Amino acid sequence: MSINATLIGQAIWFAIFIWITMKYVWPPLQKAMADRQKQIADGLSAAERGKQEQEIAAKRSAEALREAKEKASEVIAAAEKRAQQIVEESKGQAKVEADKIVAGAKAEIDQEVERAKQQLRERVAELAVAGAEKILKKEINAAAHADILGSLKQGL
Amino acid sequence: MSAEGGLTTAGYIQHHLTNLAVCAESAKIDGHCHGFWTFHLDTLVISGLLGLLAFGLMAKLAGKATSGVPSGWQNFVEMVIGMVDQQVRDTFHGKSALVTPLAITIFVWVFLMNAMDLIPVDFLPLVAGAFGVHYLKAVPTTDPNLTFAMSITVFFIMIWMNLKVKGFGGYMHEIFTAPFGAKLAPVNFIFRVVEDIAKPISLALRLFGNMYAGEMVFILIALLGLYQLPLALPWALFHILIITLQAFVFMMLTIVYMSMAAESH
Repeated sequence: MSINATLIGQAIWFAIFIWITMKYVWPPLQKAMADRQKQIADGLSAAERGKQEQEIAAKRSAEALREAKEKASEVIAAAEKRAQQIVEESKGQAKVEADKIVAGAKAEIDQEVERAKQQLRERVAELAVAGAEKILKKEINAAAHADILGSLKQGL
Repeated sequence: MSAEGGLTTAGYIQHHLTNLAVCAESAKIDGHCHGFWTFHLDTLVISGLLGLLAFGLMAKLAGKATSGVPSGWQNFVEMVIGMVDQQVRDTFHGKSALVTPLAITIFVWVFLMNAMDLIPVDFLPLVAGAFGVHYLKAVPTTDPNLTFAMSITVFFIMIWMNLKVKGFGGYMHEIFTAPFGAKLAPVNFIFRVVEDIAKPISLALRLFGNMYAGEMVFILIALLGLYQLPLALPWALFHILIITLQAFVFMMLTIVYMSMAAESH
């Protein structure tokens, strides 16, 4: 256990190893580590940016959704209104139509009645004439008493 | 394992604490090497192999390093190096391409050499003995030659850093005027010398002392025969903390010394 020439040998080893580390170990590793640090920092900032963009997009989509909902409810309200209108319109039309039909039918009925009355009048006159003929036999001429018959007709 | 082959307890401990030394035949006394021109082969080879393995693999990994998702080993190396780099950033505020690699080298290398302590104390010497190598001290950081080699290298880098940042004039001015001003230049100089000499000595002796003591405890536990089993594991677990801490302390103090060298008082 004494100091001897081993000292010189060890110093040489030490110098060699410092040189290896300085030349071949430290620079490439330092570069790799620094590069990675930069990559990680870049990745983190990119992620941050992506997050912000995503938030903006989410806000935008919520906005769009809200607008679409509003529009949809507007459309539905308009459609309902229109449907109501159509129903009202068709109700009115139906009523008009029905009135028309009823009126037509009434008119026809009146006409029928009138015609029936006319016929009846004519028939009554005939019947009266026939009755009178039968009662009066030949004494009474239909032509001679036409004015009386006419007034009778009017009296009906 | 208790003393084997007729070894006494003292002999067993002594055996474990002796380096595999080589020197010229003329420098040997009683078959043992003496004098400065002795090399501890075990320290040199084990520390060298560990360093070549670790830094070779790290260099290979770093060459393939991607800035994408790191694979398992790259992740691990980046974690260690990122930790060291963070310490350097927190402490050293100057600009230097040397300080971080220096800190990485110290932390990784010292940690691995300290970790040799966790291999059972008799394992490597027995393997080496099977190949005819009779002495082997497996933990290089228990050799003061290694810790002093590192701390003296750090010391010279520190002086170089001073000269580079402040220039020769600025450095001399600081040595002779801080902290008491120009009137007490000799006192300042003596203070500075003591301060700077203390740095490599404390750095080297701290690491050496901790590792040597830890190794010694492992050896003593190994002497207990069967009773070593419940003791060696907790001490090894506790030692994981020490080896990491010592590697960290050596690295941290080096960074602090570098930052002191790079900043004006």
